[in-house]
Amino acid sequence: MERVLLVRYGEIILKGLNRPIFEDALMRNIRHRLRNEGKYKIYKSQATIYIEPAEGDDQTDRIHEKLKKIFGIVSIVVAYKTEKSMEGIYNIIPDSIGDVLKNAKTFKVEAKRSDKKFPLKSPQICEEVGGFILDNYPNLTVDVHNPEVVVHAEIRDDNAFVHTGREKGIGGMPVGTGGKAALLLSGGIDSPVAGYMIAKRGVALEAVHFFSYPYTSDRAKDKVLKLAGIVSEYVGKIKVHVVPFTEIQVQIRDKCPEEYLTLIMRRFMMAISERIARENGCDALVTGENLGQVASQTMLALGVTNDAVDMPVFRPLIGLDKNDIVEMARDIGTFDTSILPYEDCCTVFTPKRPATKPRLEKVVKYQQLLDCEKLIEEAVAGVETIIV
Amino acid sequence: MNIYFDNSATTAPNPLVCDAVADAMSNVYGNPSSLHRMGKTAEDFMTDCRARVAKSIGATAEEIIFTSGGTESDNTAIIGYCTANKRKGNKIITSKVEHPAVLEAFKFLEHSGFEAVYLDVDENGRVDMDHLARELTDDTLLVSVMHVNNETGTIQPIEDIASAVHAVGAIFHVDAVQSYGKIKIDVKKLGADMITVSAHKAHGPKGVGALYIRKGVRISPIIHGGGQERGLRSSTENLPAIAGFAKAADIMTENFDKSVSAMCGVKNYLKDKLTSTLPNITVNTPEDSVCSVLNVSFTGIRSEVLLHVLEDKGIYVSSGSACSSHKKGRSHVLTAMGKRDNIIDSSLRFSFCGANTLEEASYAVDVLSEQVPILRRIMR
Repeated sequence: MERVLLVRYGEIILKGLNRPIFEDALMRNIRHRLRNEGKYKIYKSQATIYIEPAEGDDQTDRIHEKLKKIFGIVSIVVAYKTEKSMEGIYNIIPDSIGDVLKNAKTFKVEAKRSDKKFPLKSPQICEEVGGFILDNYPNLTVDVHNPEVVVHAEIRDDNAFVHTGREKGIGGMPVGTGGKAALLLSGGIDSPVAGYMIAKRGVALEAVHFFSYPYTSDRAKDKVLKLAGIVSEYVGKIKVHVVPFTEIQVQIRDKCPEEYLTLIMRRFMMAISERIARENGCDALVTGENLGQVASQTMLALGVTNDAVDMPVFRPLIGLDKNDIVEMARDIGTFDTSILPYEDCCTVFTPKRPATKPRLEKVVKYQQLLDCEKLIEEAVAGVETIIV
Repeated sequence: MNIYFDNSATTAPNPLVCDAVADAMSNVYGNPSSLHRMGKTAEDFMTDCRARVAKSIGATAEEIIFTSGGTESDNTAIIGYCTANKRKGNKIITSKVEHPAVLEAFKFLEHSGFEAVYLDVDENGRVDMDHLARELTDDTLLVSVMHVNNETGTIQPIEDIASAVHAVGAIFHVDAVQSYGKIKIDVKKLGADMITVSAHKAHGPKGVGALYIRKGVRISPIIHGGGQERGLRSSTENLPAIAGFAKAADIMTENFDKSVSAMCGVKNYLKDKLTSTLPNITVNTPEDSVCSVLNVSFTGIRSEVLLHVLEDKGIYVSSGSACSSHKKGRSHVLTAMGKRDNIIDSSLRFSFCGANTLEEASYAVDVLSEQVPILRRIMR
C-alpha cells in the first residue's frame, strides 16, 4: 500500500502575482530538509504539493515528521494511492482506512475530480463510495453535518487517492521569503523562542553569541550551539557568530558605574550584532527581550538599548508571560537544553542594584569612558563563525 | 604545561594498567561461566585478580564482589542489605556529607518505608558522635559513613563509629572510594562490615569497583540475572577492567608510602604558599585531613570562573565535587559544615596523586597569585 503526502499551504495563496515565488521557496525548503531522506517524487498541482516516497513506510513516516517542522505548511494529509477507478478505491479502503471506519459511528464522503474525463462526477463518486462503505461497515450511518469521519476520495490525473482528512501543519511562511535577520542567542530560555517566532514569518536566521571565556566556559558555548541546532530543525542551516566578549565586559566592569553595567553591555551587544548583521546580509536584529522580565528589559532600559542601533529590532516575546514562553520552549524542544546550569555572559557580571529607570544621556556618557569603536572592532575581528 | 589537580574526580590510568586491560581483552576473552577450557582460563584469571584486589584492603577473596564502580557498590551494600534484612529493623543512618550515591540510595529506601536519619557534622565536616549516639537504637539496621570526604578530604572516625554501631547490633557500611590508595585500609582494623572501593580513583580503569562484604553479612542482589558473583551481581564479568583493577591495586600497594608522601608534600606546599601570599583565603580542608585533597575558598571570585581561568593556564581543578557541579545549588558538604555562602561559592578543590610534583604546585601558586587579584578587582 503506497502512501503519499499532500502538503497544503495557506497564506501563500493570497500572495497574488508573487505566489510562485513563495511556492518555489516552500518547495526548495522541503527539498533541502528532505535531502538525506532518500528517493521521493515531489511536484505541485492545484495549490497542493505532492510528495511520493519511493522507499516504503519507514521513509514515509520520517518524511512526515520532517514536514511537521517546515514553516509555510498549513496542513499535511497522508493519503493512500490507488488505481484510478472505482474498483481501485474500493480495494484500498479496508487496508488503509478500515480501522478508522470500524471505530466510528457516523461518516460522510467528499469527492474531488480533477480529471474531468473520469466517467463519474463528484456527487456520483460520493454516492458510490458511500454505498460501498455502508455495505461493508454496518456500524456506520451517514451524517452529512457532523460526521465523525470524513472520507476523501480524490481522482487525479494518474491515480486516485483516499484519506480521512488533514492534520494541522506548523503554519507560518517559507523561511527565506521574508529576508534574513540576526538573532542574539544567549543560551537562556527566551532567545531561541524569539528566533523561532521570527523564522516562522519567513525570515532566515543567523545567530550572534557573546562568549566571555573564562567567565563562561566551553560547555556554555556548546549549549548555545546545541540550541541553534534545535532551532535549525525548523529554520534550516544557521550560521552562529561567536563574539569574544571578555575584554569588553572587563573594561565596563573596570571603568563604568556598577548600576549601568548591564545596560552598557547590552548596548555593546546590539552594536556588535548590527555590524555582524550588515556584513552578512541581515536586515534586522531579533532579541528575546520581554517587557519587565529583568531590570534591563524595562521600557526605559529597552529604549536605551534600542538607541545603540539603526536597524529594526524585533522582539517577538515582548508582551508574553514567562509561563507562555516556557511552554513554547518546551514545544519547540529547546527548554531542556536552555536550563542546563552553566554561567552565561549576562549572569557573571550582574550589578547588585541595576538601574531600572536609566537616562539615555547618562548611559551614553558613561559608555564614552571606553574606547567603544576600538573595542567593537576588535570583537568583530575576533568572531568565530560556526555553521549548524 | 598540563597540571592535573583533579584526582578526586578521576585519575590517569597507569600505563601498566592500560597494558593489563588490553592484554586481558585480547587474550583472556573467554566467559568465566563457560564450561570449556577457555572459560576455565578466564575463571582462574578472575580468581587471581580477586585475590589481588582483596589483598589491597586486607580482605579475603571470598569477601569481594566486583561491581561497575563506587555508585553500584554503595547501592548494592545499602539497598541490598536493607532489602534482605528488613525484619531486623527499620532505621538507617548516614551523614549529611555523603556522596550522592549514598544519599540517593537512602532517599530511595526512605520512599519505600525506612526511617532515614542524616547526621550533622561539625565545622570540620566530622560526624557528630553525640548525634550518632542519640540516634543509635535497637531498631537500627544499617549505618553508612564515608571514610574520606570527596570535597574536603575530611577523615571520619571510622573505628569509633564502628564500635558504636556494633554495640547496638547494626551493620556498618563505609564508602572508601576517596581513601583507597591514600590511607592504608585494613578491613579488620577499620571494623566495617561492608566497604566500597573504586578502581578509577586509584589509577585503574573506569567502570569497575569492588564491594567488600564481611563473611556472615547477608545481602540481596539489586541486579538479577545469570548468578555471577555468587548471585549478588549478575552480568558477565568485565574481565579487562577487573584485570586493570588488579594491576592498579598491585601498583598502589607497592608505591603506597612514596605516593602518600608526594601528595602530602604538594598539598602542604600549596596550602602554605597560598595562605601566605594571598589575602582572604579560607582553607576548608581541616588540619588532619587526607593527603590528596585541598579545598580552598578565594572569597569574591565565583569558583566556576576561577576554574576556567586556571584551565586556560593548563591547570585542572574542580569546583565543589565534580558530580554536584552539574546541579544547581550549593555544595551540600560545605553547607552542612556551616560555611557561609560566599565561602561556598568561591571554593575550589585541588586533588592530588603520587605523580604530582612541587614544581607543578609552584606553578599553580604563581598563576593564582597573579590571577586572583585581577579577578577580584574585576568582579569586585
